[in-house]
Amino acid sequence: MSGHSTYQPTNRALQWLEKRLPIGGLVHSSLITYPTPRNLNYWWTFGGILSFMLGVQIITGIVLAMHYTPHVDFAFRSVEAIMRDVNFGWLLRYLHAYGASMFFLAVYIHMLRGMYYGSYKEPREVLWILGVIIYLLMMATGFMGYVLVWGQMSFWAATVITNLFSAIPGVGEPLVTWLWGGYAVGNPTLNRFYSLHYLLPFAIAGVVVLHVWALHVTGQNNPAGIEPKSDKDTVPFTPYATVKDGFFLVCFCIVFAWFVFYIPGYLLNGDNYIPVNPAVTPAEIVPEWYYLPFYAILRSIPNKLLGVIALFSSIGILAFLPWLDTSKVRSARYRPVFRQFFWLFVIAGIGLGWLGTKPPEGIYVILARIFTFYYFAFFLIVLPLLGIFEKTKPLPNSISESVLGAKA
Amino acid sequence: MNIQRPIFALVLAVSLAAMAWPASAQLTEQIPPPRQKWSFAGPFGKYDEAQLQRGFKIYREVCANCHSMEMLSFRNLADPGGPGFSEAQAEAVASEYKIKDLDDLGNPIERAGRLADHFPSPFANELAAKATYGVAPPDMSTLAKARSYSRGFPLFVFDMVTQYQEQGPDYIAAYINGYKDAPNSFVLPEGGNYNEYFPGHNTAMPPPLQDGQVTYDDGSPQTAQQYGKDVTAFLMWAAEPHLDARKRIGFQVMIFLIVLAGLMYFTKKKVWSAVH
Repeated sequence: MSGHSTYQPTNRALQWLEKRLPIGGLVHSSLITYPTPRNLNYWWTFGGILSFMLGVQIITGIVLAMHYTPHVDFAFRSVEAIMRDVNFGWLLRYLHAYGASMFFLAVYIHMLRGMYYGSYKEPREVLWILGVIIYLLMMATGFMGYVLVWGQMSFWAATVITNLFSAIPGVGEPLVTWLWGGYAVGNPTLNRFYSLHYLLPFAIAGVVVLHVWALHVTGQNNPAGIEPKSDKDTVPFTPYATVKDGFFLVCFCIVFAWFVFYIPGYLLNGDNYIPVNPAVTPAEIVPEWYYLPFYAILRSIPNKLLGVIALFSSIGILAFLPWLDTSKVRSARYRPVFRQFFWLFVIAGIGLGWLGTKPPEGIYVILARIFTFYYFAFFLIVLPLLGIFEKTKPLPNSISESVLGAKA
Repeated sequence: MNIQRPIFALVLAVSLAAMAWPASAQLTEQIPPPRQKWSFAGPFGKYDEAQLQRGFKIYREVCANCHSMEMLSFRNLADPGGPGFSEAQAEAVASEYKIKDLDDLGNPIERAGRLADHFPSPFANELAAKATYGVAPPDMSTLAKARSYSRGFPLFVFDMVTQYQEQGPDYIAAYINGYKDAPNSFVLPEGGNYNEYFPGHNTAMPPPLQDGQVTYDDGSPQTAQQYGKDVTAFLMWAAEPHLDARKRIGFQVMIFLIVLAGLMYFTKKKVWSAVH
């Protein structure tokens, strides 16, 4: 499905290069002539937005790293020095901190779009799994970045999350000591988190290349969930997709800028403006919003080991989605029952997110258990059975028919 | 499909109701402080120079006896978007402080402060600070951002749009003057002070401000309430010194992005008109 290699450079130097390394042809076929389904809606712009956000995080991160000191005695101070004394340091830091939130917001929309329109189904299973790997790497990177601030919430989040591994029978305790590089979260922990926080974004960038490569092999899914059959069903990536992606990226940046410039305190936990004090535990240890649903799943299960297993399964299960969903029809447009269960899944996810901020007691535990049950039931019961029992709507004959039919 | 729609609506309604209910239950734990008017609130907010100067006076004469503010230097007093001291004035302030240093022979000395010096701490170390009130008085550099209160659902959603960002200052202003006699049912530990707004109500700090305690030169009312507001504004500046620039640049960025979005929208429309 990669575009026709019609690229013929007129410049003689480029002709010379093209014979030896056809990089111009690669760029031309993947960013210009690459055929995209003509019926893509704005939910499809989040892939481009995510690439942009990865770039923002890497660039702001590299500059922040020039001013940051990964040492328990200086980390908090160096972050404050960035906020106060580095030229536009406050801007870099808020861009980076909210960049993480916007990155996760975009990735959740991107994933839910994939689920709604069945983008993980044959032949895009590998594309989907690569996406799950990127998401996992993002979670690890985001967590370690949060610890680098070395405020109270950084320290206690690091303590709570690394302690999860102590639940593993037999090797748990030594494993946690090994992760910490000591007998508590301390300077070795901060140093390795800093090292990995710098490394992992480039690993993400590498998997993103594979993700885009796989995308260009299979081509994009689309809201109709049927493959393009003729040239009438597609439009070239440039100018059609580039201008559409560009427009929506700017809209996304307006929201991003709103947070950065006007409400930078909105998502930052106040406790993280208190330097680390291992002797004082904050009243509530709450992770960043993008981990809250998984935190709620963890706490909804009374046994620590089982809770940790549930936590990791809730993410790992995503990799099996292409085979858990037995329906041959991709798009929820033509799956009326799936659509209902899908939105219930979204509600369960948001509900779990809210419960992640609440103390695990009383009604909250019961609700968290109901939502956790539904989260897993959606993958393990609903999706396999729907493929057998659901009566789907008739699919349009082609993408162009679905576009014109919608207009008529 | 039509049978499931009401189920869906019901689940949504129950979830929303469940979200709202505990929010109101939670408020009994920490009394929400009253909303104040701050010059630095909103998209065009700016610090009030005179207020920051008054607040600094209170910090210096009252708070600084126990609270450090070690992230700030004397030079910050003359930074744009701050209390608006001239460099000479900031230098004069600095020179009134004694800074521990070493002379060329390595002997410990005390010298007058300079612009580049950080504000010195009132205690030699944390243990000495702790000995005073049982807990070390917190450093004030980031205090206005480190203190807050829970807004709960659904208020926190509206805050995103209304740009309510002053939970910290509202809390501090309420706390500073929030001392009351403990209710009979409340057992106050020895050395504790009952404060209406402090989470758990038992705070180590005795009431810090009394009417007429600090002399203002600009005719502002010399009341504990006014002191509280002024020093809170000063603490907000200490925690977020580039707020003025942030909001100013933010407005420019917004205008740029909105115009760009408009241009992109019409370009997109033009490009796609060929295939629609």
